[in-house]
Amino acid sequence: MAYPAKTTKDLMIAVTSGMILLMQALLPFIFLMLPLQVEKPLIWASDEEGGAPYLFRDSTLEQKGFELDIIRAISAHIGRPIEFKQYPFDNLIPGLLKGDFDFAMNGLEITEERKKTIRFSKPYYIYRQQLVTRADEKRFQTLLGCKTTKGAIIGTMEATQAERLLDQEGIPKRIYPSPTEAYADLASTDRIDAVFMDLPMALQYALPDKRLRFAGKPTARGFYGIAFRPQDEELAKKVDSAIEEIRGNGKLRSILVKWNLWDDYQEELSPGFLYEEEGRPDFSGPSLIEQSQSWSFGQYLPMLLEGAWVTIELTASSFALALLMGLPLALARLYGPAWLKATALTYVEFFRGIPVLLLLFFLYFGLPAVSDYWGLGFSISLSPFMAATLGLGLNYAAFEAENLRTAIQSIPKGQWEAAASLGMCRTLAFRRIIMPQALRVALPTLTNDLVALFKDTSIASVVALVELNKQYQILAKSSLKFVELGIITAILYLALSLPLGRLARRLEHKLAPEHK
Amino acid sequence: MHIRARGIRKRFQDRTILDGVNLFVESGKTLVLLGPSGSGKSTMLRCLNGLNTFDEGTVDVGDRSLQAGHSGQFSSYTRDLRKLLGMVFQDFQLFPHLSVLQNIMEAPVTVSGVSKTEARLQALELLKSVGLENHGQHYPSQLSGGQKQRVAIARALAMRPKALLCDEITSSLDPELKHEVLEVLEKLQERGLTLLMVTHEIGFARKAADHIVFMADGKVVEEGKPSSVLDSPVADRTRNFLANILG
Repeated sequence: MAYPAKTTKDLMIAVTSGMILLMQALLPFIFLMLPLQVEKPLIWASDEEGGAPYLFRDSTLEQKGFELDIIRAISAHIGRPIEFKQYPFDNLIPGLLKGDFDFAMNGLEITEERKKTIRFSKPYYIYRQQLVTRADEKRFQTLLGCKTTKGAIIGTMEATQAERLLDQEGIPKRIYPSPTEAYADLASTDRIDAVFMDLPMALQYALPDKRLRFAGKPTARGFYGIAFRPQDEELAKKVDSAIEEIRGNGKLRSILVKWNLWDDYQEELSPGFLYEEEGRPDFSGPSLIEQSQSWSFGQYLPMLLEGAWVTIELTASSFALALLMGLPLALARLYGPAWLKATALTYVEFFRGIPVLLLLFFLYFGLPAVSDYWGLGFSISLSPFMAATLGLGLNYAAFEAENLRTAIQSIPKGQWEAAASLGMCRTLAFRRIIMPQALRVALPTLTNDLVALFKDTSIASVVALVELNKQYQILAKSSLKFVELGIITAILYLALSLPLGRLARRLEHKLAPEHK
Repeated sequence: MHIRARGIRKRFQDRTILDGVNLFVESGKTLVLLGPSGSGKSTMLRCLNGLNTFDEGTVDVGDRSLQAGHSGQFSSYTRDLRKLLGMVFQDFQLFPHLSVLQNIMEAPVTVSGVSKTEARLQALELLKSVGLENHGQHYPSQLSGGQKQRVAIARALAMRPKALLCDEITSSLDPELKHEVLEVLEKLQERGLTLLMVTHEIGFARKAADHIVFMADGKVVEEGKPSSVLDSPVADRTRNFLANILG
């Protein structure tokens, strides 16, 4: 440089102009490179969370899975790179239709119903469903036995053929986001009595677990296919021919053998086999799916209302817990001895600082593991409702404690003195004079928090609690009526939260009678 | 029932607020505490019924006595003593969430266990005696300052105290409202209630007090009959104070 840079400003100007020069020099090359970029990679969506053996990460965090192997084979055949995109399993179909990715492959069953909106590829695996029970289960060994066993609940995954089969048979079910949670719950809690899922999952998670046992033979055969949007016919055809190719040359077989998934059923995938059955799952009888797809208002409203009722129950129970714990915490922080003050403060800081979601996961999935680990004689397994109540309640207790504490502190010292001068003892003064005034100070914030909690209950769906929001998701994904159901659900939420506000105003009025 | 305080000392950090104060009121008499602000007269009054603690000295109320270093405003002992001594505050401290009637009924019902009907009858009577018989259903925020203070007096009287402590109860009132409160006090005097007042109302003191105590810097500077303290004060501090107040 001709002149030494004297100030920072000078230096910055020098650097900036240097960069501009460099950019100008490179620009032609950038343009040259553009046509060289052959084709954009295809985006493949799948859920690797609890996704073994389909797609998962091993202990070295490397991506593995039999579907990944198939994808690689297809990619080589069609000559296009394929990129993975993580997507929640139960949202794969809506996500595909929305255009978030090019295709979905994640053990998606080819069904007549799905074929109405989805272009499925040729099948690449023939699945069956496996019932798994605890090793010491004596009450039943089959689905039918399950149905006749009182109180038996079967765990399964949302938006799967297994779930629909359970619905069709009228067997009580509990929905899990992935197989890991379901099998863990079955092994170490009594929340569910069996798990009914696709054979690959059972082979992966249940077979190695000594506490679990395969009940009976696999049933209900069907096909896995890759899901495309109908308008992407050209792409789908290319992939079809790729699948036929790897079926024919034994590549698919070697992949399935490698993953221990090969069985006699897969022979049907061999060339020359007749595929007339493709797309029709093996279990017969009147398809309840068919009926449930002609969704009408009268059919889903009762289900939404059922979800709304769970939301109300959960809001009420967790807010009651929050207040029940919040007041003692506030009092401990205000009037307790030093150690109690410190304990209460620690509680508030801790539960205010950790996400409710984390807390819920821990309470629901973590606690049973903890009791297992320490070899406690009993299992700390909370029901979904209990876990959600506890999680939300513990979290909101921290906020309500602070709210009540500041409200109590805001009452002038003179009120305590006036009460004392009339001969009241401390508790009487608090109960009759201070608390009623503190409550009306706290009420607007309490109301706010109650409405916030009301909406926060939707988090509870992670612990398999089907409340209003979850019910909406389930119904919307099954019927694809996102807008219609969304509006109705929103109306339900509003219809419930608006009265809350009114109730609070009435209470405020009652607590502040002088402002009549 | 007499009230006697002996050698009351109170320190706050390194400041001496009360420096060996003695007080004596005979049963049924009226004592007025005068003094510049910061002289410790309000603190002294609050020591008498245990709202404030003190470091040395004794307070006797009738046959009960309160020792230095008692455990504070909510100890059960001060509570018993407080039933004998009603208190009225400068800033009223009515309970804003209760109606006038409820304010008066609250302590008799919850502290003394009087039945609600009885407490109600008594409250109505007390309201009548302070000239507010039509305001029972009002809430404190709907009353004027003078009315509030009269309710506060009625509330204190509802516990049937033997004496009433009045802490500058007319200081935050407009001149025309002071009158209605002082009138109530005169009526109470006639009925034989012992009164201890911290006040700046020289006129009222001259007319109503049996005994005047003048305090400054935490000490009693001068005391005696109104005529002697107000008309021929001996101490310089008293003279200056009176000159300032009477303008």
